[in-house]
Amino acid sequence: MSFYEVVSGYKDFDFNGFLSSVNSERVRVILSNDKISDMDFLALLSPAAQGHLEHMAEKARRLSLNHFGKAVLLYAPIYISNYCINRCAYCGFNHDNSISRKRLTMEEIEQEAIELSKTGIRHVLLLTGESKKHSPADYIIEASRVLRRHFDSVTIEVSPLTLEEYVHAAKSGIDGVTVYQEAYDEEVYDEVHLSGPKKDYRFRLDTPERACRANMRSVNVGALLGLSDWRREAFMTGMHANYLQDKYPSTEISVSFPRIRPHAGVFEKVSGVSDIQLVQTILAMRLFMPHVSQNISTRETATFRDNLIPLGINKFSAGSCTEVGGYSGAQATEAQFEISDGRSVGDVCEAILARGYQPLFKNWMSI
Amino acid sequence: MGKLKIGGIELGSRLFIGTGKYPSKDTLPKVIESSGTQMVTIALRRVDATRNENNILSYIPKDTILLPNTSGARNADEAVRIARLARAMGCGDWVKIEVISDNKYLLPDNEETLKATDILANEGFKVLPYMNPDLMSAKKLVDAGAVGVMPLGAPIGTNRGLRMKELIGIIIEEIKLPVIVDAGIGAPSHAAEAMEMGADAVLVNTAIATSDDPVKMAKAFSLAVKAGRYACTARLGAKSEVASASSPLTGFLHEEGF
Repeated sequence: MSFYEVVSGYKDFDFNGFLSSVNSERVRVILSNDKISDMDFLALLSPAAQGHLEHMAEKARRLSLNHFGKAVLLYAPIYISNYCINRCAYCGFNHDNSISRKRLTMEEIEQEAIELSKTGIRHVLLLTGESKKHSPADYIIEASRVLRRHFDSVTIEVSPLTLEEYVHAAKSGIDGVTVYQEAYDEEVYDEVHLSGPKKDYRFRLDTPERACRANMRSVNVGALLGLSDWRREAFMTGMHANYLQDKYPSTEISVSFPRIRPHAGVFEKVSGVSDIQLVQTILAMRLFMPHVSQNISTRETATFRDNLIPLGINKFSAGSCTEVGGYSGAQATEAQFEISDGRSVGDVCEAILARGYQPLFKNWMSI
Repeated sequence: MGKLKIGGIELGSRLFIGTGKYPSKDTLPKVIESSGTQMVTIALRRVDATRNENNILSYIPKDTILLPNTSGARNADEAVRIARLARAMGCGDWVKIEVISDNKYLLPDNEETLKATDILANEGFKVLPYMNPDLMSAKKLVDAGAVGVMPLGAPIGTNRGLRMKELIGIIIEEIKLPVIVDAGIGAPSHAAEAMEMGADAVLVNTAIATSDDPVKMAKAFSLAVKAGRYACTARLGAKSEVASASSPLTGFLHEEGF
């Protein structure tokens, strides 16, 4: 069985009918229960549940404290190549965009690592555009070996790899994989992925499962909120996380909530997600899956991010640069997207401490 | 109150403290002092030896016994490697084996825990295995060389108290080594209950770390552990299905001359 069968099972489901049928009383009953079913989770994403946000927040805060305590793990992305052969309507790395392209050498990667590690960051997320020619698995694995000399944890967000490649990567010390489905709605997915290997919906959808099968320590999933109806996308993200956690209990599954941001190129059909709606998504997810780590990136503003800490966010990117070579500043390129929270790692730490939480730099190491 | 003898040492405090989940590292020394604990567990995966200001070890008083745990280990092999790393980093010979391969409920894997205990005890570690409260597993862990066992009261972080009370009671009765109740203890009353039952010690983290005043809560746990231990050594009165009056209704039957 693949998660595709789960997605397919909801193909004809009347989401709008269900969501509009949820009333305040049903939400109250759900919030009084310890266990949240799949349909309860969807109900918590309904318009009616928005009237219970404070109650949801109180419960989410308690669950988050019990499971993660007053600690927020910090990490930073490191972009090592922005060559990409996909034409994705929403992405700055789109093959058709006339941006300067660069692929770092191992020496340049080491320089980036040295500069980034000076900020205190110990967990790093290695990113590339999708190009098997410019950033094949061997290049990524070699780069991760360089990064491991400077960081305790190296995870990757690169083009979907084969099972064998993930096995090799895990054995080489890469301990996590992030892969966003972007859009779980298959029609929207087809519409926004104009051409390139990423157009293969099924191969991408099965990627997190391949990473789990390869014994990766952690796997992070999410949808790019703004491409399609946020309620359905948030629901399917939860279903995906739940499917993986049930099937691969020893893998730490986490979720992210990226909202579409300005970037090089134009995507006209953004389906907006308000701050309230994003908060509702985060709270519903915490109540549905109390043990799952929740991650918010510098796509969001500093104030908004800080306010999310007590609600259940326990992973933060900090001091992020989304340009290839951006930390060492040598011939920097255009960013993948514009970041909103441009604070330094030190400033982010101060903000976390001011909220009564502890910034955590290290939560794993290679053993 | 009597000292706890474990792994060849004597401890004056029967409260062990966890170091995760605190709002800041600065809180730790105050909590340790307030609790009176002599044994503190740390997740090795969170020890950052590269930066002194960020190294949790520098916040723990020197006279405290470090109990590094293998949090993050998914099998015996990983737990063994983490324990060896801890010793190599100067954390001493104590180790709390924590093997969790279930990220949904965070329950320990007794089988893998036993394998790791066997290997590490043979290497001279003083092993305290965190375990599901199962008597047969506890006996095997003792045979493998553990210096005590750490059955869970309820799943980690739930604060639900002694949900496994019956099974923990059997372990306390049958295992001759120290039994330290770990996980699930969410209130000082839970800790007192465990001690009243005859547990040798309790380990508390979430309930102290996530309270509004961790220093005060640490004190509350310290007092509760002492109260429970006193109650245990004083021996609790027998439980009865029926009321037992101080002045029995049939007392007159024993009066002289009747």
